[in-house]
Amino acid sequence: MTELTKLSLAAARKGLKAKEFTSAELTTDYLAAIERANPKLNAYVAVTAEQAQAAATVSDQKLAAGQGGPLEGIPLGIKDLFGTKGVHTQAASHILDGFKPEYESTVTSNLFRDGAIMLGKLNMDEFAMGSSNETSYYGPVINPWRAQNSNANLVPGGSSGGSAAAVSAWLCAGATATDTGGSIRQPAALTGTVGLKPTYGRCSRWGIVAFASSLDQAGPIARTVEDAAILMTSMAGFDPKDSTSVDVAVPDFTAAVERGVKGLTIGVPREYRMDGMPDEIEKLWQQGLDWLKAEGATVKDISLPHTKYALPAYYIVAPAEASSNLARYDGVKYGLRISGRDITDMYELTRAAGFGREVKRRVMIGTYVLSAGYFDAYYVKAQRVRTLIKRDFEQAFNAGVDAILTPATPSAAFGVGDEDMKADPVKMYLNDVFTVTVNMAGLPGIAVPAGKDSVGLPLGLQLIGKPFDEETLFAAAHVIERSAGIDFSPKPWW
Amino acid sequence: MAVDAATVKKIGRLARIRIEEDEVAKYQDELNVILGFVEQLNEVNVDGVEPMTSVTPMRLRRRDDVVTDGGYPEKIVANAPLSEDNFFMVPKVVE
Repeated sequence: MTELTKLSLAAARKGLKAKEFTSAELTTDYLAAIERANPKLNAYVAVTAEQAQAAATVSDQKLAAGQGGPLEGIPLGIKDLFGTKGVHTQAASHILDGFKPEYESTVTSNLFRDGAIMLGKLNMDEFAMGSSNETSYYGPVINPWRAQNSNANLVPGGSSGGSAAAVSAWLCAGATATDTGGSIRQPAALTGTVGLKPTYGRCSRWGIVAFASSLDQAGPIARTVEDAAILMTSMAGFDPKDSTSVDVAVPDFTAAVERGVKGLTIGVPREYRMDGMPDEIEKLWQQGLDWLKAEGATVKDISLPHTKYALPAYYIVAPAEASSNLARYDGVKYGLRISGRDITDMYELTRAAGFGREVKRRVMIGTYVLSAGYFDAYYVKAQRVRTLIKRDFEQAFNAGVDAILTPATPSAAFGVGDEDMKADPVKMYLNDVFTVTVNMAGLPGIAVPAGKDSVGLPLGLQLIGKPFDEETLFAAAHVIERSAGIDFSPKPWW
Repeated sequence: MAVDAATVKKIGRLARIRIEEDEVAKYQDELNVILGFVEQLNEVNVDGVEPMTSVTPMRLRRRDDVVTDGGYPEKIVANAPLSEDNFFMVPKVVE
């Protein structure tokens, strides 16, 4: 019998329904895999073994009676950014030490309503700020993938590095993640997994630790496109508790997976052909277009002229919103407190000790661009540029483009402790150059593994869709997945 | 626009993050690298372009002005580092 942990979420679901195995068995196997792997990969920051086993027992009773939701008995990992009632929720930050919310986020509530089981909380960049999962208070996550003939540790990407690594290394059947500038799609691309950032407003942000509220969206990371569609169908939905949640019906996303791309027009933005782009990324992109053409899609060159300004505009908007959102961490209401001479001293010492370097840097940039005299020059200007970025996409879609194909990242996974990126924060930020435009425009985007580089590391392609048209993304991503036909299983060394 | 050491300290105070004297130079460098990077936005002509206020074309929903939640102060203070009688405890702010 195949190892239960290696089943896709869809296959596990089928096996549970057919009573080939129980959720208790599946959950026990995942917990054992986590216990073995976590000392090496550091994907989980908290494991909720007892809770998971208790939930599996309940699911098994429902399954035995032929009942249960669409995710009944399926063990998932949950990013540490999601508020989970009575369970470790710290955004991988020191400043939230010991925080256990009295509430459950809407997205996790939706998953549990549908029968999912939580295995534990997943490591991430602190407050979701990072592209390598190295800013976590709990230390870096290690990518399950290694280059051929190398023992060097690679990053899994970030900020949802724990989610991507856990899914790739079979430490959960699927995971929740969040994406503010690329934090679902970039780690998915670097680990050979599938990651979807839905349209802004598709998933409720309620109960998720806020980073940049106008950009943050929750989404799934999974081992297949179908698995991502299954998770998305449960995660999405209107929520009156989030004022930006959009009241539209949630389709059964799984029904779109096999739909194909016949008759679709796929846009190819010339501005994504960056100077110095590695040949293998360029080749993979062309290969992706050929696969889509072979299945009946038309390819069309398009222009998104403001692409290069998305990242600089993001590094004004996101830190500005973060500096405001993170003002709540003051040593009074939750988490860490460092006492001082007076209350201001306490605030300053608590925040200096509680926030990591990258978070402090971004809060300071945000504070500066919002300060008196600079607000118009930086923040308002960036929001105007954002309007232009969105308009670029609208013009492409109005001209008949159904989805846009781009590379997901400028490179494959890089080394832990990369000196270049440590020395220059902007180098690290450039990881998100292909993904950040999508957040700025509020669009859906999916990263799907499509090939490997010369040393055998996974590379991904990104598809960008119209607002609330995640279905086309699932359909097109599945064509790429099927055409590539590559096994994206890392060789276990952990 | 580049920031000087005095500005770094001022930002630290505004952000309520203690910046030690020996940290100022490093922050100054890093902030200036980022500010230098965003400088390229000056190339973009934004005349007559509205700043984005909502990425989805929607109006904020309104609801009746009634109490919909609350009545559990013990839960509100449950995670506080210091609380008493369901109040957050802070250092004295008024003499």
